[in-house]
Amino acid sequence: MTDRTLHIGLGNPMRRDDGVGPWLAGRLAEGGLRAREWPGDGSGLIDLFAAEPHIVLIDATRSGASPGTVHRLDAVRTLIPRPLFHNSTHEFGLAEAVEVARRLGQLPDSLIVLGIEGADFTFGAGLSPAVQGAAQRLKAELLGPTATR
Amino acid sequence: MSERTITVKVLARVEGEGALHIRMRGDDVEIAEFRIFEPPRFFEGLMRGRQASEAPDITSRICGICPVAYISSASQAVEQAYGIEISPEIAALRRLMYCGEWIQSHVLHAAMLHAPDFLGLHDIIAMSEVEPDLVRQALRLKKLGNSLMEVVGGRAVHPVNTRVGGFFKAPPVAEIAALIPELLWGIDAARELALRFSAFEFPPDAGAYTFVALVHPEVYPIETGRIASSTGLDIPVEAFHEHFLEEQVERSTALHGRMRDGRAYLVGPLARYALNRERLTPSARETAEACGLGAVERNPFRSILVRMVEVQYACEEALRLARAYVPPDPPAVTAPVREGTGQGCTEAPRGLCHHRYQIDADGRILDATIVPPTSQNQPQIEADLLRVVRQSRDLDDAALQWRCEQTIRNYDPCISCATHFLTLTVDRD
Repeated sequence: MTDRTLHIGLGNPMRRDDGVGPWLAGRLAEGGLRAREWPGDGSGLIDLFAAEPHIVLIDATRSGASPGTVHRLDAVRTLIPRPLFHNSTHEFGLAEAVEVARRLGQLPDSLIVLGIEGADFTFGAGLSPAVQGAAQRLKAELLGPTATR
Repeated sequence: MSERTITVKVLARVEGEGALHIRMRGDDVEIAEFRIFEPPRFFEGLMRGRQASEAPDITSRICGICPVAYISSASQAVEQAYGIEISPEIAALRRLMYCGEWIQSHVLHAAMLHAPDFLGLHDIIAMSEVEPDLVRQALRLKKLGNSLMEVVGGRAVHPVNTRVGGFFKAPPVAEIAALIPELLWGIDAARELALRFSAFEFPPDAGAYTFVALVHPEVYPIETGRIASSTGLDIPVEAFHEHFLEEQVERSTALHGRMRDGRAYLVGPLARYALNRERLTPSARETAEACGLGAVERNPFRSILVRMVEVQYACEEALRLARAYVPPDPPAVTAPVREGTGQGCTEAPRGLCHHRYQIDADGRILDATIVPPTSQNQPQIEADLLRVVRQSRDLDDAALQWRCEQTIRNYDPCISCATHFLTLTVDRD
């Protein structure tokens, strides 16, 4: 990652753990990294891929793994499994955005996907403890002295 | 007697979570249910006690795809309660922003989620492999809709520049003017996509619909009009609850809308088109004719064509409004709070979105009733399913399931909006 890397947190903070992406993007922005929330559907991300060469996407996952498990994918080299990110608006979410962009030849130079396994996607604010813990560890890692900006 | 059951536990390419259950005994279709199981959102309950001025912002959170519908209907309702008459410039700016929502919502559904059904493709990812130019065109059109919402509303997903009475700030003339070249492109692009989609093979079907939509003597209805039906109803927005009701059904967390005489009715593109075709621009009407749409379209599978005609219209209307733009000054009309009841109704991309608020002397909401389009269409979706399954009995289970899912996607159902509400089961003996 470089200091030009843009971190994008996807999700809906009003659906509990689905809000982990926006929560982490907020903390990274406070810590001085380039970071923003992405509350909309995934189609608009494709335009952003054209404008930003280095991107980290952060989203909640629902794969059946233990809550708080962090999935790391290099999306330039690896296909994104759709069932991992099944929280999207109108079924155009992170996986659709990345895979459509790949087929249109519009992926950025580097694209890292961080998926944090959620436990609770019901209506309301706040993260469940395991997800909060994982997000805190990722925050420390991305902001920490060992992180390459 | 043979029994067949088709169950789809989580329907794809619809917004939110819902399910479908079909049970057949021989040639008889016993059950055709469309179930919605997103957790109910209780928005109406959480509105009580909040300031009425907050209603547009709170309700806009119900849906990330059609926030302008909620903002506009809620604003109108509160404005009516407070006796606020917005200026023509504010009304024009609201309509311009709403055109953006129609463009982005219709293009997302028609070109990215619904079109794969007719191309025999699983999804937008498969479509981007075989039809990359079509996907690029659709993405650019959708972006145009988002840009309109951003320029007027401050951002595309949950606009922040809107308020009861108008806007916090009028967008600069130069920012509105900068949209014009892309709107000119958008008109042609929408027509091209409409014509392209008109070559799809559509399952033959015709519903005996009672259409309900806003009507307006001068313009195709978006944010203003009276409520009318194909059976002769013509009422002001305030009389909505005298003629329509919502009822609870056990299998769904969304209410089901009906007319007070018990009939199901249809809202959305087919209804708007049937009642307002003459108010389209001549060029959008010409596109409709070139697509093979008559004065009334009763085949729900062809709703994709009406959506694209409406995208063309929305681009043309936005172009007209952008060229005539005069920044509203003041950007909002304000009035002191007062006790009363207000109602507002606009045409969300999926159909009528009606709000009613009862407000106390301190401007607090005592009671809120929000009727979104998908809950109004739910009984009609089930009626369509029953008809389509009866017509498609000879299909094998996989083909029948596809046809049923397609029947539901004809509606672009917004389940998040309706819950206060898919998985498919076909059960055949």
